[in-house]
Amino acid sequence: MIGVDEKGFYGKFGGAYIPEMLYPNVEELKENYESILASKEFQDEFRGLLKDYVGRPTPLYFASRLSEKYRAKIYLKREDLCHTGAHKVNNTIGQIILAKKLGKKRIIAETGAGQHGVATATVCALMGMECTVYMGEIDIARQRPNVERMKILGATVVPAVSGSKTLKDATNEAMRAWINNPVDTHYIIGSVVGPHPYPEMVARFQSVISEEIKWQLKEKEGRENPDIVIACVGGGSNAAGAFYHYYNTPEVRLVAAEAAGLGVSSGKSAATTALGSPGILHGSKTILMQTEDGQVVEPHSISAGLDYPGIGPVHAHLFDVGRGEFVAVEDKDAMASGIELSKLEGIIPAIESAHALYALNMIEYSKDDVIVVNLSGRGDKDLETYIKWGNY
Amino acid sequence: MNRIHTLFKEKDSRVLSIYFTAGFPNLDDTVPIMEAIQAGGADIIEIGVPYSDPVADGPTIQDSNKIALDNGMSMKLLFEQLRGFRAKIHLPVVLMGYLNPIMQFGMEAFCQKCKEVGVDGLIVPDLPMQQYLEDYKAMFDQYGIVNTFLISPQTSEKRIREIDEKTDGFIYMVSSHAVTGAKTDISEEQVAYFERVAAMNLKNPRLIGFGISDAKTFTSASRFSNGAIIGSAFIKTIKDSENLSERIQTYLQSVVN
Repeated sequence: MIGVDEKGFYGKFGGAYIPEMLYPNVEELKENYESILASKEFQDEFRGLLKDYVGRPTPLYFASRLSEKYRAKIYLKREDLCHTGAHKVNNTIGQIILAKKLGKKRIIAETGAGQHGVATATVCALMGMECTVYMGEIDIARQRPNVERMKILGATVVPAVSGSKTLKDATNEAMRAWINNPVDTHYIIGSVVGPHPYPEMVARFQSVISEEIKWQLKEKEGRENPDIVIACVGGGSNAAGAFYHYYNTPEVRLVAAEAAGLGVSSGKSAATTALGSPGILHGSKTILMQTEDGQVVEPHSISAGLDYPGIGPVHAHLFDVGRGEFVAVEDKDAMASGIELSKLEGIIPAIESAHALYALNMIEYSKDDVIVVNLSGRGDKDLETYIKWGNY
Repeated sequence: MNRIHTLFKEKDSRVLSIYFTAGFPNLDDTVPIMEAIQAGGADIIEIGVPYSDPVADGPTIQDSNKIALDNGMSMKLLFEQLRGFRAKIHLPVVLMGYLNPIMQFGMEAFCQKCKEVGVDGLIVPDLPMQQYLEDYKAMFDQYGIVNTFLISPQTSEKRIREIDEKTDGFIYMVSSHAVTGAKTDISEEQVAYFERVAAMNLKNPRLIGFGISDAKTFTSASRFSNGAIIGSAFIKTIKDSENLSERIQTYLQSVVN
């Protein structure tokens, strides 16, 4: 069985490796999240907002020209059509309702490319809560439009100036900010990472993706289970959502596309399972890219959302027990797939999601196979990268 | 007997522990800094093992960690530098390091090395008590290494009792809701917390850390505990110092006296 145990572990991975200063906050969350999530009041508000505010259910779209090219039945789960442009908002809606129920007054979050930051700033505006987003100084410079979006939405964006000044350091800063404000503040983590119960909680909010795939596929194909689900993995929240209801259905193959950057062995990569080893990152035991001495290595990916040196503990477990097939997609191949989808289907995908699309070239399948690719986000935010890349 | 136990047996007030980051400001400063700390009149030496992602630390110690790593400090090198230090240093020595570098070194190998070179205790801020008890306590005990836990103003009385029960060195009281180095004065709220914990009559001695910087804050903290830990302020003191040994001794004497 794939799932979290009562100590917060997925097999060997997970747990809550946090400084004692964070223990009361994390414990409060752990003690309360399941009963809050199970309550009708929470579910009504969560489901209501997913429907009317986020625009769910997102379509499961049969991509006929893509299917023709790849000789399989390929469906796209259109998370790119969510409000704010990506699946990230499923989680922030869930967590902000939870934060309200816990009596919190302030929200903090980390962000890499700014997608989770925007999704957090959005729900804070919606709920009238104060919002501070930590973002690496380098990311602030290269993701200007998202920084401004957060500010328009009323959030304060604080530059993380330590370490490599990217997502990993923004996460460190957010954790420090939580240590500094433990009582009235909730930390909305954006992926299935961090100390237990975050990975499972975020996965549950994102699990609406596979919940919908099941009934939508039943309508279209007369069966709930595709042969293959493909999703990209940075921390792995969209993948966790797309895989969630299939974890324990072994006949459904789960394919995770990591970012190989300039090539797995180029030294400029974010292919965590290919390059990493077990260790502790941001409060959980997982697989991460590190030196022999246990220092965290800086990743590289053209896609800021995949530019992370670890993966969520559930993915480390899927990798460890062989339940997931992990492929590493290079920058250039992801870009080509993004442009290809634009030409074939009229959908410009986020570069993160383009990694999942390229995986169609890397795995085996037959022409009768039903494949669902989770299109986690849209490419608007990546326009500048597409323009710079050219070749369209 | 472990030197930490001996110390608290002999001295129960105004115990001063000094933290510095190994490899900072220069790679080979480790043992000379330890000698100066001893000569300056401190009671415990706390050596930070640098880490790329020190999540409980504020800007000053983040910075010293980064410089130390850039200088080439590693766990292996630190143990090499520490070989033979007991010929010069009689103070208890505690290593403070985050869990991941220790895990990669191997916890058992790490404890063994600590014992071999003469390290008395460990502070691993991101090793939670439960995990310590389940995975590592037997190892620590086997090698006679004392483990120290942190408590903060948010820590419940129940948990403080539990920590007191499982600790046998000292309890590290984080002075406020803050990462290291954040404050320079002691507030009424903090005093209330210090008094609350003092009234619990714990079996372990308590040292107050985070935000202790000078004679005034050291003396205030010592009123409510067995002493205090200075980290960030010490790092700032040695940052641009020409004559490290003299600077350290002058600073420590200003704190102690």
